[in-house]
Amino acid sequence: MSEPVILRTPLASETVSRLSVGQEVLLSGTVITARDAAHRYLVEREDGDGMPFDLEGAVIYHCGPLMRRSPSGWEAVSAGPTTSARMDIYEARVIERYGIRAVLGKGGMGQATGQALREAGAVYLVAAAGAGAILAKRIVTVKGVWKLEEFGEPEAMWELEVANLPAVVAMDSKGGNIYSEIEARSAAVLQRILGKGAHK
Amino acid sequence: MVTGRRQCSPLPLSGGRRRVSGAGSMDILDAAVELLRKAATDLPTDIERALRAAQRHEKDPNAVSTLKVILENIATARAEQRPICQDTGVPIFFVTAARGTSYDGMVAVLTEAVRIATKCVPLRANAVDVLTGRNSGDGVGDGIPVVYFTEWLQDYHIIDVLLKGGGSENISATYKLPDSALGAQRDMEGVRRAVLDAVWRAQGKGCPPYVIGVAVGATKDDAALLAKKQLLRKLPDQGGNETVANFERGLLEEINSLGIGPAGLGGRATALGVKVGVHARHPATFFVDVSFGCWAHRRRRLRLREGSAVYE
Repeated sequence: MSEPVILRTPLASETVSRLSVGQEVLLSGTVITARDAAHRYLVEREDGDGMPFDLEGAVIYHCGPLMRRSPSGWEAVSAGPTTSARMDIYEARVIERYGIRAVLGKGGMGQATGQALREAGAVYLVAAAGAGAILAKRIVTVKGVWKLEEFGEPEAMWELEVANLPAVVAMDSKGGNIYSEIEARSAAVLQRILGKGAHK
Repeated sequence: MVTGRRQCSPLPLSGGRRRVSGAGSMDILDAAVELLRKAATDLPTDIERALRAAQRHEKDPNAVSTLKVILENIATARAEQRPICQDTGVPIFFVTAARGTSYDGMVAVLTEAVRIATKCVPLRANAVDVLTGRNSGDGVGDGIPVVYFTEWLQDYHIIDVLLKGGGSENISATYKLPDSALGAQRDMEGVRRAVLDAVWRAQGKGCPPYVIGVAVGATKDDAALLAKKQLLRKLPDQGGNETVANFERGLLEEINSLGIGPAGLGGRATALGVKVGVHARHPATFFVDVSFGCWAHRRRRLRLREGSAVYE
C-alpha cells in the first residue's frame, strides 16, 4: 500500500484536487466540528453574528466529541466521526457558502454533497468509525468552542488542533465515490441472493 | 490522560437512596456506576474475539486496516479507561430484580448512576429535550435512561445494560409484512428478505461489522423490544431451536457476502452475528423488527447479591 498523503491546513486547492478515492491521508492543523445543529445554524445564520472562525478553506469534522474540562482547559476524551448522512440536507449549502475544502466524517454522503464537492474542488474524508479513543489522542489542543451553551457539548462547534489524524479519501473532487461503488456492488449481490430463495 | 476518577467517587446521597427497598442492603448505585464505566470503556470478550477472527479472514486492504484501527482503539480504551466511542449512547437497562424490589426505587438509583457516570467516566451527555432542543447536560432526561424491569423469586439482581449509540439506532428498521416491493410474504422467507433489505440500506452508516437483532412479535412494540433483547445474547449463543439457529447462520453468511465490510469501505465482515427471536403473532399482523448494534457493541451484565458484584 502506498504511503499516506500528508495534509496540513490551510489546504491548498491544488493539493486537494489531486486527491483520489481510496488514498490514505494524515491530516494536521485546524478542524472545526459541526454536526446536525451546527449545520442548520451555518445555513441559517447571518454574517457578522460573532462566529469566531473563518471557514474559508476550512475542514469541517462531523463529530460530537466527548470532552472534559481540566484545569488547563478542555480536553477531548473520545472524539471519532459521527454519521455524515444526516448532514446531507445542509452540506452542499455549507460548502458553497463558506468555501469548505474538506469534510471529515463517516459512512458516506449523497449526490447533492458530491456535486458540491466537485464544484468547490473539495473532498470528503472518512476517519475510522467508532475509534473515538485513539482519534481523541490525535487532538493536541482544543482551541475554542462556539455555541456551547445553546447547542450543548456534542452539538457545539469545537475548534481543534489535530496532528496526524488518519483518514481515507472517500469522495474526491473528480466525482469518485467509494460508497456508491460499494452500494452498487452490494445491490448486485443482493439481487442475486434474493433470486435464489430461502435457505433452509 | 484521562484522570479524575478519584474525585468522582459517588456523591453522598441522603436517605438511603442508593439502596432499594426489598433488595437487602446491596449498594446498587456504586455497582451500577461501575457497570456503566465497564460498558463504555471495555468491550465484551466475545465481540473482541469476533473482530480478531474477522480480521484474519479479510483480504480487502480497507477492511484489514479498518479492523486494525478498531482493535487498537479497543486496547487503548481499555488501558486508559476512555470511552471506546464518543457516542456513549442511550443507556438501556434490562433489570431482573430480586424478589420484592421496588420498581420506582430501582429506576431512581439507575438514573442517579447515569448522572454520576456522565460526570465521572465520563459519558457524553446525550439527553436532548425535544421541545426546547436543550441538552440536559447530565445524561438524564424524560425516559432516559430506558429501564425495562422484571422481578423474579431469587434474592439477587441481574442488570444488563446496553449503551446504544445513535448511528446504529438510526439504521434500525421495522417492516410490516407482506411487503410487495421486497417480495416478502408472511413467513420466515419474508423475514429473511426484510433483514437483507435493512442491511443493504444501512450500508456503512451505523459502523459495521454489526451485531443484528431480529424479531417477529405480537405487536409492533413487542417486536421492537424482542429485537433489542437479542442484542444481549452472546455471539456464540445459538437460537432457541434448530430452525432458528439455522436461520441465524444462513442470514449471517448471506449478509457477509454483500461486500459492505468494516466501516462500509468494502470487505467481508458486515456483521459479527445475527440473533433472532420469535413470539406468536396476531393472525392479521407480521411485524419484523431489525435492531442494529455497531461493532462497539457495549453490553455488560451485572450480577449483584449481598456483598458481591460480578461483571460479565
